[in-house]
Amino acid sequence: MSLLNYIVRRLLFMVLVLFGVSILVFGVLMLIPPGMRVAAYVTNEKVPPSAIDAMIVQYGLRDPAPIQYFRWLGKIARGDLGYSTTAEGPVLKGFIQFFPTTLELVLYATPLIIFVGVWLGTVSAVHKDEPVDHFIRVVSIVGYSLPTFWLGLLLLMFFYGFLGIFPPGVLSESLRDVIYAPGWIRVTGILTIDSIINWRWDIFLDALYHLFLPTLNLVILDSALIMRLMRSSMLDALGQDYIRTALAKGASNHTIEHIHARRNAMLPVITISGVLFAGMLAGMVITETIFVRKGIGWWMARAALQLDVSAIMFNVLFLGAVFVGVNLIVDLIYATIDPRVRLS
Amino acid sequence: MSDIVEQTKEQPAAHPGWREFTFSMKRLFKNPLTIIGLSIIMFFVFLAVFAPLLAPPPRPFDPYLMPHRGWDMTPSPPSAENLLGTLPSQYDILYGIIWGTRNAFRIGLTVVAANLFVGLILGAIAGYFGGIVDEIIMRIGDVFYAIPTLVLAMALVVAIGRGLQSIVIVLIILGWPTYTRVIRSEILVIRNMDFILAAKASGVSHFRIIMRHIMPNSIFSLIIVGSMNVGVTILIAAALSFLGLGSDTGYADWGAMVSTCRNFIVGPPENRLAYWYLVFIPGFTIALFVLGWNLLGDAIRDVFDPRVRRR
Repeated sequence: MSLLNYIVRRLLFMVLVLFGVSILVFGVLMLIPPGMRVAAYVTNEKVPPSAIDAMIVQYGLRDPAPIQYFRWLGKIARGDLGYSTTAEGPVLKGFIQFFPTTLELVLYATPLIIFVGVWLGTVSAVHKDEPVDHFIRVVSIVGYSLPTFWLGLLLLMFFYGFLGIFPPGVLSESLRDVIYAPGWIRVTGILTIDSIINWRWDIFLDALYHLFLPTLNLVILDSALIMRLMRSSMLDALGQDYIRTALAKGASNHTIEHIHARRNAMLPVITISGVLFAGMLAGMVITETIFVRKGIGWWMARAALQLDVSAIMFNVLFLGAVFVGVNLIVDLIYATIDPRVRLS
Repeated sequence: MSDIVEQTKEQPAAHPGWREFTFSMKRLFKNPLTIIGLSIIMFFVFLAVFAPLLAPPPRPFDPYLMPHRGWDMTPSPPSAENLLGTLPSQYDILYGIIWGTRNAFRIGLTVVAANLFVGLILGAIAGYFGGIVDEIIMRIGDVFYAIPTLVLAMALVVAIGRGLQSIVIVLIILGWPTYTRVIRSEILVIRNMDFILAAKASGVSHFRIIMRHIMPNSIFSLIIVGSMNVGVTILIAAALSFLGLGSDTGYADWGAMVSTCRNFIVGPPENRLAYWYLVFIPGFTIALFVLGWNLLGDAIRDVFDPRVRRR
């Protein structure tokens, strides 16, 4: 089967899955009484209670659920994602506002998580049953058991509270005015990139400074999973015949460990990176809430607390699409790297 | 002739199952991490069982409501009266930890047991019958797989209303696909083995084949997955509580206790770590509980999983 055929089939399947997800989430959100769901249409705070009932009728919130679902689907198809009370504007505007902050953290954390996980896993496997191996394994299982929110709060308490460095937020107060001033060119919305475009290195450094703790939080929590997998797959690889051959031919330890074994051992790590990504998206909700970074995760947490139905629906579907998309990419990478894997 | 019979009577050969079991147990207790994990869990079992003695509830009809002295919003540090200090509104932290243990066990074990049960049934049906039934069950599972659990759980908890009960219900709804996948893949292997064909040929009913021949062969992999998932379940439930989707303030729930400390991360200027106990103790309890389950899960996998044992 050709690659294109495979990709198209997977994309169609992704649409089907998201369709299923939308039915599931919409169906469950229908359990919320119409009087609360009507909040999504209240754009003016001074609406008299009598008007609320009229709005419920106007927007058909008491209609049978399937009718409401298809009405909602029709609106989505026309590009109307609804009004989000937590974003104080249309959902799409909220998304454009919040997404870059999340993407920035993902872009910094992912390479670090993979690097740290692969490196520790390799060290652990090469020194199997030595003290350093025991130490890394204990650290990893402890890291795996820590609640995201607790580690975040501890980091914040120690660095920000005790030492007075690495404050929460995305930017220092003195610089916050700059990015809302007319002179600021917003290209990507990602501060560390926009600041270079605007040639403001002070903002670049300040944004990095604020990124440190959230990134550290994610790296400590999520590299544990990669490390565990890397260790066992590295041990598998080191026991293979071709390693013995390489040894017999006089290859150095460094060549064997880093060239022959590690490359093969990394294959399972690639397959698990989809799962890792899901973990990161979930961790994002907590991390952004604790470090007050107004991104998608922070938005989702607020929307959940304030029953912002449009934002919840959108975020669940968006995160689902990202997750399914990432898994597709992971599968494609895997098939490219390992010719033994056939796409089916 | 009679000699031989006498001998076998005197020294009956150990049953292979028993030999296997003792071998497994020996391996299990050789690993120091297992001992640590087991000790942690036993400690929490002790707390949960003896909660009424360790922290006598002032209102026995509703022991999960933490007692508090006054409404002062400033937490008090550990003292003779409150050994581990208090939360804002003077809720005793020690009391919350002890009764919260019962909650943690209740959430973790209920969710995992329900997931095991549903996963077992659906997985057995999907794997054994195959075809369209298999397709439908597994595609519904894919829908659940497509969204990170915490995010989907947030949406569902919001919809059916906040609270610990809702969290448990939602985690039960969301958890089954993992187990279904595991049991299904096991059954796909077993289904075509000779002894199943023999059973079919001798006219044994589907139900009996599944219950008597397939289940005993595949249930261990489910137990491994289940034991490794208790910790994860507790973490997700605690995260939902922390985000404010769980119980109200004053209820003995670890996640909710951590969330009350969010406004007290930085102490007053003269002692910036003044509220350390508030941030540290409830979160540490969750971490310790989850660590115990993870260590135990790892050990159970190492010992019972045929793919990694005997190495």
